[in-house]
Amino acid sequence: MITFESVTKRYPDGTVAVDRLSLEAPTGEITVLVGPSGCGKTTSLRMINRMIDATEGRILLDGEPVQGIDPPTLRRGIGYVIQQAGLFPHRKIVDNVATVPYLLGWDRKKARGRAMELLERVGLDPALARRYPFQLSGGQQQRVGVARALAADPPVLLMDEPFSAVDPIVRTNLQDELLRLQSELNKTIVFVTHDIDEAIKLGDRVAVLRVGGTLAQVADPKTLLSEPADDFVREFLGHDRGIRRLQFVSTEALRLRTDLTVPEGGAGGASGEPWLLVVTGDGRPVGWRSGERPGELEPYGTFVHGRDSMRTALDAALLSPSGCAVAVDEEGRVVGVATRRALDEALAEAADG
Amino acid sequence: MGDGPPSIWEWIGRNWDTGRVDSIKSLLTDHLTMSFVPILLALLVALPLGLACVRWRWLYQPTSGLMNVVYALPSLPVFMLLISVTGLSQATVIIPLTFYGMAVLIPAVVDGLNSVPDHVRQSAVAMGFTPLRRLLLVELPIAAPVVLAGLRVVAVSSISLVSVGALIGQGGLGGLFTRAYQNPFLPPVIVGIVLIVALALIADGLLVLAQRLLTPWVRARKGAAA
Ligand SMILES: Nc1ncnc2c1ncn2[C@@H]1O[C@H](COP(=O)(O)OP(=O)(O)O)[C@@H](O)[C@H]1O
Ligand SMILES: [Mg+2]
Repeated sequence: MITFESVTKRYPDGTVAVDRLSLEAPTGEITVLVGPSGCGKTTSLRMINRMIDATEGRILLDGEPVQGIDPPTLRRGIGYVIQQAGLFPHRKIVDNVATVPYLLGWDRKKARGRAMELLERVGLDPALARRYPFQLSGGQQQRVGVARALAADPPVLLMDEPFSAVDPIVRTNLQDELLRLQSELNKTIVFVTHDIDEAIKLGDRVAVLRVGGTLAQVADPKTLLSEPADDFVREFLGHDRGIRRLQFVSTEALRLRTDLTVPEGGAGGASGEPWLLVVTGDGRPVGWRSGERPGELEPYGTFVHGRDSMRTALDAALLSPSGCAVAVDEEGRVVGVATRRALDEALAEAADG
Repeated sequence: MGDGPPSIWEWIGRNWDTGRVDSIKSLLTDHLTMSFVPILLALLVALPLGLACVRWRWLYQPTSGLMNVVYALPSLPVFMLLISVTGLSQATVIIPLTFYGMAVLIPAVVDGLNSVPDHVRQSAVAMGFTPLRRLLLVELPIAAPVVLAGLRVVAVSSISLVSVGALIGQGGLGGLFTRAYQNPFLPPVIVGIVLIVALALIADGLLVLAQRLLTPWVRARKGAAA
């Protein structure tokens, strides 16, 4: 657990970058610091590993004030990932990843073995190990940056806008990968971003900062979206806050109909329903058949019942002219259909809180 | 033939190692000393001074200004002035050449260290490098290509400039030229020029080799760009 106790940072030129910040980053969770540029996110992060020293207040690492720990020692126990990756251009990828183990005095072979293991873990081809950083794409360099931060297995990871400089598709991959890694590793992560969508996707807790370095609100993403503390947070969250909140509403309670499916090649359609879902012998969806044009199949959208959110279910419904979403199980077999009515009911439920 | 002027090979054979101070071998040794000692000294002084100029930025302007003035001074009057202090010794040649070397190497060290990207330096700090280790393991290696390029310039110019010292009797192989001046006889001149150029080429070649061995990542980058 990382604890900020009324921490203030005043730079020598008088700029107050962080103003009496009190915050907890619980062990094993991702705490995201989000806010507009210049609101003191980087400063806050760097006070944790003492790249910047706080002017007032204390920062505790599992109850121990960081001010009392020798900086190099402190830093070797805290992984750090930045936007430009910060890889050493003169060292091969494997040695970049093994940097902290080398500093800790591991023998070369063990450090390199560990590095190879981590490259694999972050989804990189081991063949890249012998290359130099400039020979990798931006996304690959970021993965190396994450591997390097994890090399000595530090309990704490600080990440400063690590995915901001890569293109959106790569960014999404890296975010998914981070969540997958975190589900295995359970690190205490403090993640800085100016992108509220990224904050909501990654954070177990999200702290919104405003310019001047004060804390506007700290909450889990769902609460943040449904109960923004003030106008600043509301505005920062953006206009489609309502839709985005649906990604935290489960489809568990969504009522499904099981009488709207017909087997492939079978007759059906006599039920008087305007749309019926055609399903293969082993239960996979094929397409929607309308009562008016039974010869053609229309596209369908699916969601995994109970696992995917209402946002995904709604998206699936909007993808199909039938207006219904197909509920499937983890293997992709149809378990039922969520009609417009069922979706409506669930949305009304969600809107109530 | 026997009483004509000797061929160049005969002349070399006769003068290679006479045991006197003006034998080719002894001049070559002097030349090596007077060119390599300044290169080494210049590097030893430029490294800490360059580091200081990066650490305290205000130092850089005055230092580089002074060095440029030194570089602009014509070597001959400098030799003459120094004679009153150091006499006709090798030091009279070594001292100015050291300053010329510094004038090239200090900016090279500063540029090299400034070529270390800030995010690389920051991430070294964040990973727990102590300042000394960061300097030795991160900053200097990344600065090395620029410093080595400066060193190549210094090595070649130092080897060639030593010969000017012949005017005060301390020119290494340059001594072969003054002799020809008194007595128009070509072989010593040719031998002097060939040896000096060969020395410069060998020194440069060794530095290129060092560059390849010390900074393989630079070569890989150039390969990728081509
Ligand atoms: N070394 C510094 N000296 C003076 N002011 C600084 C320094 N570093 C950052 N600041 C100022 O402190 C504020 C917060 O900066 P920073 O923590 O980098 O914000 P963020 O990461 O949220 O963009 C900004 O107004 C910035 O200009
Ligand atoms: Mg920042």
